[in-house]
Amino acid sequence: MVKQLTVFLENSPGRLAALTRAIGDAGINMRALMVADTAEFGVVRIICDDPAFAQSVLEAAGYGVTVTDVIAVVVPDRPGGLADVLEVLGAADINVEYAYCFVRPSGRGAIDVFRVEEPARAAAVLSDASMRVLTQEEVRLTA
Amino acid sequence: MFQPEYEAMQPADLEVLQLERLNTVLSRVYEHVPTYRAKFDEAGVAPRIRGLDELSSLPFTVKDDLRAAYPYGMFAVPLHDIVRVHSSSGTTGQITVVGYTRGDIERWGDMMARTIACAGGTADDIVQVAYGYGLFTGGLGAHYGAERLGCTTIPISGGNTKRQVQVMKDFGTTILACTPSYAVLLAESAAEMGVDVRELPLRAGIFGAEPWSDNMRKQIEALMGITAIDIYGLSEVLGPGVASECLHQEGLHVNEDHFIVEIIDPQTLQPVPDGQRGEVVFTTLTKEGIPVVRYRTRDISRIVPGVCTCGRTFRRMERVSGRTDDMLIIRGVNVFPSQIEQVLAGIPGVAPHYQVVLSKRGSMDYVEVHVEVGPDVPFDEIKTLERLRTRVASEIASALAVNIDVKLVEPKSIQRSEGKAKRVLDLRNEGSA
Repeated sequence: MVKQLTVFLENSPGRLAALTRAIGDAGINMRALMVADTAEFGVVRIICDDPAFAQSVLEAAGYGVTVTDVIAVVVPDRPGGLADVLEVLGAADINVEYAYCFVRPSGRGAIDVFRVEEPARAAAVLSDASMRVLTQEEVRLTA
Repeated sequence: MFQPEYEAMQPADLEVLQLERLNTVLSRVYEHVPTYRAKFDEAGVAPRIRGLDELSSLPFTVKDDLRAAYPYGMFAVPLHDIVRVHSSSGTTGQITVVGYTRGDIERWGDMMARTIACAGGTADDIVQVAYGYGLFTGGLGAHYGAERLGCTTIPISGGNTKRQVQVMKDFGTTILACTPSYAVLLAESAAEMGVDVRELPLRAGIFGAEPWSDNMRKQIEALMGITAIDIYGLSEVLGPGVASECLHQEGLHVNEDHFIVEIIDPQTLQPVPDGQRGEVVFTTLTKEGIPVVRYRTRDISRIVPGVCTCGRTFRRMERVSGRTDDMLIIRGVNVFPSQIEQVLAGIPGVAPHYQVVLSKRGSMDYVEVHVEVGPDVPFDEIKTLERLRTRVASEIASALAVNIDVKLVEPKSIQRSEGKAKRVLDLRNEGSA
């Protein structure tokens, strides 16, 4: 399982820039970033190399931060690759709240991030189906 | 009780004392203050009454009288006898100046000593006075009271929040005196510094100078592990020390040997029966520097019926629930911002800090309430936030009987005031949005 940081941001110019600058200035390298927005506010979801440190840096800078367990799965780079993963989760009756993906610099397959109700069970059923579920340490090493 | 011979007086004796003192005040102001001579002459009333029931025949004093007499025109003694001046903050117009004789300072110290004793304070307490020192009455008022009671007094004044926390911890503060919003800021800063105020010797706070709610009291009490006492005062009447809650926290005992309190209907200006809400009016009975007769405070409260079990016989006024001039008229409905705070404090996941922004959408008033998302909300999912927003909007709308929009804003993005909190931004007269 992987620790994802979620930051609450006002939907106004410069807020995302300020957030990412704060992360960069602390020497934290992001692996993935996804912004979900409404008319007035947004939540920014971040996967990075050192989530605990990033959380302390952001909280000290005054941001509201929550940490969520998500699962990161290696998805083969071929048609139907993602569908295979989702079918395994669906068959186990695991609902996906949201998902996003990032590409590995090596170019061999993408990594998909899933937020599900039961991340531990989801990771187990995916592993049982021979899918590769990444650990936090593996995410750190993907650079 | 600091002065039981007064604070536990029999009501009949109190009435005799009040009438005697009032007639002295009336003749003094008629003699020495041109504003009062003109008021009494214009109203055709003599500066003497036969019974307290005739009080309502006397003319009122309003803030504008003090402004018109700026700076010293309402003083009833020569400046030679004035040993100190204070002034109002001037946030609602030109500042006003009040003057104190040596005797006024003595009595003020007594009244603030009563207030601290009301919070359970004794000469063994260490009082951190975090009200601002200066022209504002809060700092020096609390300071003289703490010294009068014999407390160890820390004159730290307002601001420099980290140092406040350090001093509170290192000096072993047992009683904190500041505004309630500053108390919340102190608790938050302490938590950020890794200091748990609940572990410190602090056991009581005397909080005033701005309206707050019972929910905010509960929040402060939980954050700090203390008893939070509401105190009341205003510079035109005295400063802090006019009224104070006791440990029963069921209304603020008015120092009735020094003031007569009335509640009037702000529209008809007629007194209302005990228990009914209205504007608070004070007449000073012992002030020498600047006595006031029937001063309209613009504060909204009521007299709490019944007698307190603490032994004090002075009547109690309820916590001030708003100002007649803070009262917002939104689409014809009277709204007090404090009602919003009460709602927020009852909803987990939001901070009690808010700002009301009023504007026009066409000809209609448009209300947006900005509310901070609390640190404990699992806001990873948008639906959680939307549910929270909907709940806050519907609860505020039902409390105010006015439809509003809620905007969730980032934690700690609403300005924390170190003095009086600015809760309302009224843009209705600045063109349509």
